[in-house]
Amino acid sequence: MNRSIPLRSFLTAAWLGWQIESNWTDPFLFATYSIIKPVAGAAILVIMYAIVTQGQFDSPVFAYLFLGNAFYQYVPAVLSGVSWTIIDDREHYRTLKYIYVAPVNIPFYLFGRAVAKFIIATIGVIITIAAGVLFLHVRINWAQVHWGVFLLSLALGIIMMALLGLILAGITLLTARHSYYIGDVVAGGLFLFTGAIFPLEILPVWLRPVGYALPITYWLELLRRALVGEVAQAFPTFAALSNETLFLVLIAASLVFGTASVFIFRRCDFIARERGNLDITTNY
Amino acid sequence: MEEPSAIRTEHLGRVYKIRNNRKEAFRELVALQDVNLEVQRGELFGLLGPNGAGKTTLIKILTTLLAPTSGKASVAGYDVLTQAGEVRKRINMVSGGETSGYGLLTVRENLWMFAQFYGIESKEAYRRIDMLMEIVGMKDRLNTKSADLSTGLRQKMNIVRGFLTDPEVLFLDEPTLGLDVGASRDVRAFIRRWMDENPQRTLLLTTHYMVEAEELCDRVAIINQGRVLACDTPGNLKQQLQHEAIFQVWVQRENLLEEQAFKTLGGLRHFHQTFENGALRLELILDEENLLTAVLNRLVESQARILRLEKRQPTLEDVFVHLVGQRLEEVEGESHAPAD
Repeated sequence: MNRSIPLRSFLTAAWLGWQIESNWTDPFLFATYSIIKPVAGAAILVIMYAIVTQGQFDSPVFAYLFLGNAFYQYVPAVLSGVSWTIIDDREHYRTLKYIYVAPVNIPFYLFGRAVAKFIIATIGVIITIAAGVLFLHVRINWAQVHWGVFLLSLALGIIMMALLGLILAGITLLTARHSYYIGDVVAGGLFLFTGAIFPLEILPVWLRPVGYALPITYWLELLRRALVGEVAQAFPTFAALSNETLFLVLIAASLVFGTASVFIFRRCDFIARERGNLDITTNY
Repeated sequence: MEEPSAIRTEHLGRVYKIRNNRKEAFRELVALQDVNLEVQRGELFGLLGPNGAGKTTLIKILTTLLAPTSGKASVAGYDVLTQAGEVRKRINMVSGGETSGYGLLTVRENLWMFAQFYGIESKEAYRRIDMLMEIVGMKDRLNTKSADLSTGLRQKMNIVRGFLTDPEVLFLDEPTLGLDVGASRDVRAFIRRWMDENPQRTLLLTTHYMVEAEELCDRVAIINQGRVLACDTPGNLKQQLQHEAIFQVWVQRENLLEEQAFKTLGGLRHFHQTFENGALRLELILDEENLLTAVLNRLVESQARILRLEKRQPTLEDVFVHLVGQRLEEVEGESHAPAD
């Protein structure tokens, strides 16, 4: 089987990523961790919501923030999945130089390494939504779910986030220290601006353009519309925009970020070779 | 059409800009300057020099990991800067003295994974892994997690990783560094065998072990402070010293001799003294053999009783001393440069 360089880079990296993510402990502890982490994350938000609203779980706001929070798990997972690999391979396993010397497509290798984190995040999203539906009155009418919109927007969003992760990976190539959690830090920073847990109208007027400029905002809106259309319609942010328009905006924003990410990564990669950063070890 | 050289460098240079902290201004460290080399296909070419000489910097440039600051370099006819992708399809690299690898994977998995990056079919990859692991005496460790291997075994695994992909040009950076004597001998034998199997294979080896360069290399470039000082076959390099007289003298003495008293003697190119098995061993390189009398007289004047005198053939170590003016270990002792 003569696979192309990008495909074999991606598939082999995905295999490696899964080995690393799943083999750090025994399977029982890994499964427990994979369940407890997302449920605990959602529980914090639910408790805060319950206190603030005195338990109004039937309100559309609850479904809105619960689903936004659930799907937002993908953001740190994919961003750090792509960017963390640079630190992990360069400083911990000290293999980055051998990966670079091999005929590997580095962006596809990095995307492949993020697959394991994507799978674990998917398990987390499913568990969180299941917990919401079963125990917290999150109402999803499965018969009315727009599966096409859901799957297409999910796939588009993951590709878009992988490309954003590539920008962070490029920056990580140039930074010797302190870039461990760049993916988590950026994801945490964007949490407030993407409408994950509240509509953008809550933000001060001068901060809202940040949210409108981020493709993640449109991605989350599409996912919520696909699952609970009538709830999403209750919020003003994108009420005037059709699904098609949202898709177009998401695609356009993804293209802009995607083009920028490829350019930025190539530039960082070139500078890293100029500076001799590809095999430095500074953290371990 | 004539086949391009396996490796070619033209006026290659590399300068690092370094500083210890943000408040400090950058200072320049010249790691390589004006390096011109041409390695033909089928050659086992050695780069011999002390730590900090620029050997690893040169390998990093040739393997596309580092950009040169001046000059050009090509591998298998492809420019390392502008055609890095083509270069990478044709090369592999192993650095000695390190324990890289994914510790949670078994040896077999580590090697299989790298074979996949090079597009080698799984069946063929496993066949090669089995064969190479047998050769290096590690077949019983195939299913051991690499984190559980000793440093030496991990290094052997990495050496196998380099050979596994059967590259056109293989770069070995100090492959026997940190290995015990037996393991080093095995690795050297394996390198020679690999080269003999296919006359199209090219191997560039860096080392600071004279024996390794002398035993393995078809040609050797002696490198120090970023400059190539000489490049030829080990035989021809030593031939340059044939007119010089190299002596070892063992004398009975409890402390070192006053070097200055000897260095004032005309024609003494090199004087080095070390204690060895209770005696003081002197290494002398003289312009002419008849200068020995003056040296021996000076020894007698210094009240050193001569125990043994031996004339020997020149080695690469002597060539290095001839070119640099110091022994390789002495240069390493003085060197603090991070370039290597």
